[in-house]
Amino acid sequence: MDKVSLLLAVSVALFALGLLGLVVRRNLLVMLMCMELMLNGVNLSLVTFAQRGGTVDGAVLVFLIFIVAASEIAIAIPIVLLLVRQRHTLDAGTYSELKG
Amino acid sequence: MIEDLLLVLFALSALAGGALMLVLRHPMRVALALIASMLSLGAVYALLGVHVIAVFQILIYVGAVMVFMVYAIMLLDLRDPSFTERYSGLLWPGLVGCALLAGLLVYAAWPSAAPAAAAVGAPFGVQPFSAVFLNHYWFYFELTSVLLVVAVLAAVAVIKVRGGKHG
Repeated sequence: MDKVSLLLAVSVALFALGLLGLVVRRNLLVMLMCMELMLNGVNLSLVTFAQRGGTVDGAVLVFLIFIVAASEIAIAIPIVLLLVRQRHTLDAGTYSELKG
Repeated sequence: MIEDLLLVLFALSALAGGALMLVLRHPMRVALALIASMLSLGAVYALLGVHVIAVFQILIYVGAVMVFMVYAIMLLDLRDPSFTERYSGLLWPGLVGCALLAGLLVYAAWPSAAPAAAAVGAPFGVQPFSAVFLNHYWFYFELTSVLLVVAVLAAVAVIKVRGGKHG
């Protein structure tokens, strides 16, 4: 198996693992971390394709994804903190009746 | 070659970190597994010659995002139902769905990946990246600063909503 195929397979596996964690785990913080793992999988595929094509455009996109991930976590953590203050639990199933 | 061996090693270590995230119980251990996975990915980027991204991976992801996450975990050390029972009722449908998705992605990406495998580009460092970044993508760079300001405002607004209601 050559380098590009290996890295693409790893990126697909990381994305699938992250999605699986997001679906099956119950802890809100663990779900957030699984979203980060999905972003990491996407980043790896972008870098691999950029490297294969010999252009830096993919690397620029990865940089922009870093910024988006940082802002996402900056908003998500305060929301989780507020939810936990209200119900005193990190179990995602508890918040199933949230509306609007 | 030693570099290829290291690449495979770090790629497998990233995968192992991702798999550990699914089975570990305590959020702090999950965070450590994720940090290990991200560090391995940083090493993979460095081995590929994409040094800018490797540095940003360590600085932004491990240095900023995960420190923030670990801080939140230390703040919220709860022993609730999500701790005693790790998985929701969607375990088996989720497993089947993600296996199907992974198979579909591999099936879709394989033909495009295989033929040009010999054309792995030359390593590119800080200078070509900066030239392209600030010549062609400067507008998007400026937009990211707007996005970061909006994120800070949103975080403050989330706190204010709570404070206005009860305080």
